[in-house]
Amino acid sequence: MTNKLYGLAALFDTPDKIIHSAEAVKTAGYKKFDVNTPYPVHGMDKAMGLKPSTVGFVTLFFGFSAAAFILFFMWWTLAKNYPLVVGGKPYFPLPAFIPITFETTVLIGSLATFFSIIALYFSLPTNSHPLHDSEYMKAVSIDKYGLIIEAEDLLFNKTQTEAFLRSLKPVSIEEIYYPEKVIYPLFAPKFIFFLIIVSIMVSGSTYITLNTLLDITPYGWMSIQDRVNPQTKSEYFSDGFGMRKPVTGTVARGFIPYPYLGQALPKEVLTNPLLPTEDIIALGKKKFNTFCSPCHGYTADGDSRLRGQFPSPPTLHTDKVRNYADGMIYHIITNGQNAMPSYAYQVTREERWAIINYIRVLQRAKNAKPTDLAEIQKESRK
Amino acid sequence: MEVDYSKELTLIEGNSQLSELDRVIALPMDQKPDRLFKIVISITSSMLLIGVVCVGLTFYYGIGMWGNNQPVGWAFGIINFVFWVGIGHAGTLISAILFLLRQKWRTGIARFAEAMTIFAVICAGIFPIIHTGRPWLAGYLIPYPNDHGLWVNFVSPLVWDVFAVSTYFTVSLLFWYIGLIPDFAILRDKTTNKVKKVIYSVFSLGWRHSNRHWQHYEKAYTIFAGLATPLVLSVHTVVSFDFATAVIPGWHTTIFPPYFVAGAIFSGFAMVVTCLLFLRKVFHIEHIITMNHLDNMNKIILVTSLMVSYGYMMEYFMAWYSGNHFEQFVFINRAFGPYAWAYWTMISCNVLLPQLFWIRKIRRSIPIMLFIVIFVNVGMWFERFVIIVTSLHKDFLPSSWRMYTPTLVDLGILMGSFGLFFTLVLLFTRTLPVVSMAELKAVAPGAQPSHHNGVNHD
Repeated sequence: MTNKLYGLAALFDTPDKIIHSAEAVKTAGYKKFDVNTPYPVHGMDKAMGLKPSTVGFVTLFFGFSAAAFILFFMWWTLAKNYPLVVGGKPYFPLPAFIPITFETTVLIGSLATFFSIIALYFSLPTNSHPLHDSEYMKAVSIDKYGLIIEAEDLLFNKTQTEAFLRSLKPVSIEEIYYPEKVIYPLFAPKFIFFLIIVSIMVSGSTYITLNTLLDITPYGWMSIQDRVNPQTKSEYFSDGFGMRKPVTGTVARGFIPYPYLGQALPKEVLTNPLLPTEDIIALGKKKFNTFCSPCHGYTADGDSRLRGQFPSPPTLHTDKVRNYADGMIYHIITNGQNAMPSYAYQVTREERWAIINYIRVLQRAKNAKPTDLAEIQKESRK
Repeated sequence: MEVDYSKELTLIEGNSQLSELDRVIALPMDQKPDRLFKIVISITSSMLLIGVVCVGLTFYYGIGMWGNNQPVGWAFGIINFVFWVGIGHAGTLISAILFLLRQKWRTGIARFAEAMTIFAVICAGIFPIIHTGRPWLAGYLIPYPNDHGLWVNFVSPLVWDVFAVSTYFTVSLLFWYIGLIPDFAILRDKTTNKVKKVIYSVFSLGWRHSNRHWQHYEKAYTIFAGLATPLVLSVHTVVSFDFATAVIPGWHTTIFPPYFVAGAIFSGFAMVVTCLLFLRKVFHIEHIITMNHLDNMNKIILVTSLMVSYGYMMEYFMAWYSGNHFEQFVFINRAFGPYAWAYWTMISCNVLLPQLFWIRKIRRSIPIMLFIVIFVNVGMWFERFVIIVTSLHKDFLPSSWRMYTPTLVDLGILMGSFGLFFTLVLLFTRTLPVVSMAELKAVAPGAQPSHHNGVNHD
């Protein structure tokens, strides 16, 4: 108990008396006074001259904001971010969004009301208020009606205010003092010990949860099943391998054998199954630029982009290459030639034929005739 | 005993000294539990333990431990969910709707009914989660930005349920706690025990009964009641949408929302009366929870029973009037099919038995009242059984028809939910004031200034 006075508190024993006293205190001009009653007494707001509560506006603001937000959120998630068709309904089916909009409005409105009255309107929690643990507080908690005038009020004068309160005929008057401030040191051994215990418990339970609990049977996350995983041992087979070798003569899906593999100059070759259509030429250009052009150059002139890191191949515009059958070029791509390796794994069969069609285009472009120009002009005029 | 209904009934009978009210209500919290309490709580916690074991079996071995099959995929899990959510509705009705309607008699029973709401919603919330089979993935129900790039389907009634039930639980809890703050302050100032004092101080948040606070408090309380009123109606409406938006005959009806809400209040009030009958006797608060309270609640049970009966009738009328063969088959199958025993149990408990409440003597007779309300609860549980099982077990395609039989694990979990509910109720009666002390004092005779004539007009 310090010597600093918080206020003078008077107790009354009927609701009538407290109403009249509150009116008298207000009329006397006191501003910093309060009435403490075990339950709300009707008419007290008027007697104390309090303005109507504004907490309703908080609810209104947060409720409407929540409604607007959740509607926007549902539109954004289901119509914008990941458009989802449900039962053939539109992306923004308003009637189906009403229930969640309503629930969110109520939830956020209630939470905002709760936290605003506790924290803003009441400034709670304040367990160190000077009124706590006073005889006055204990009495108003049960069945008495109290009135307190704070020492901070401009009109407050200890003797005069006390005389004024006595004139209202209270049951008793109590002087309320500020409590002594108790300072708790940060590094008190008790607190340090508490922190250590808490950190051991938190880290221990986290460790057990993540490393043990989450792997027991019901939480197998479907990783534990009655099957043999690839590349694992098996007791079942005599060779101990979990994986089986395919039956002799098994052919992979889509496998077509190439008959001239390994021959340098085959006697006969395949024929090109593809027509030089616009799509095929476009595919051929794409694959040529990706796989062939690093060495052969974009125009097949043999102008390698590899700056001598790899031997430059000859140009593809020689008479020899121009006179090759399509199947021969296919053979070279598939089989490889001299320093060039096989490209069978990089480009599919269809892509190889498409590349060949594109090479033909490049060859024709290098050896254009005046009639070709006339043909192009005719094309563009169409 | 004649009652003059033209005058407002006294809310508290006999001795109504404010300090005496405090003492009576706070008494169970200051006493050591007696023999009776220990026996009852050991029974309820054993039931709870059986439920925990059965839930553990379900988690370990999977949902195959239940009787669910195709086509009856929604069985005990959803029946119990709807049953418990319904039980909760009475609490909010008493605390919010009767508050807005200025029914002062709610004061004596509101705190207990709200507590029941919270416990019932806890019981209800367990079922949809364990029903999914892998409850540890329940977090996927919440819309959060994830690396699958997916969001929840906001158009699904099952997602509405998640929002409705979680909102309902949160708002009920806040509403309950707001009401408890002044009571915690009273207990804080009354107690002489150091540990209790710390606990009560923490929960009272340092409440000072200041009128500058009461002013906002009352406003906020009204706002909460205003928000909770449409909320409670929306929750069971959303629960009924789980059924009504499906195309199963027997589910696909527009009468479901009002019929579900009426049923929820019906069963909830029956449960409140069941608990209050024991509470007022054991804790000697017959003068606070008077015969008039019970009489009023029995009238509400009667009214909601009539609403539910109207729902049953309308379903039959619509089945006939729609001319839909599937719909007609389902309803004939309900009354005369293999599950007819469940249907007629429901009709006798929900339609016929509550009609006895037309008689005033029965409304005010404790043994008969207890008998009726217990059977109302049984009947309402069977209502959900009838709606779910009879509609599903014979749907459109005769080749997929199949009977449903619950397993022991199903029954164990149902028993466990009752164990959880009653254990929580029992612990509540020992740890918190079962009647709101601050609110009760405000309606005591002579508690308000005399220019209101001592009567509480508002």
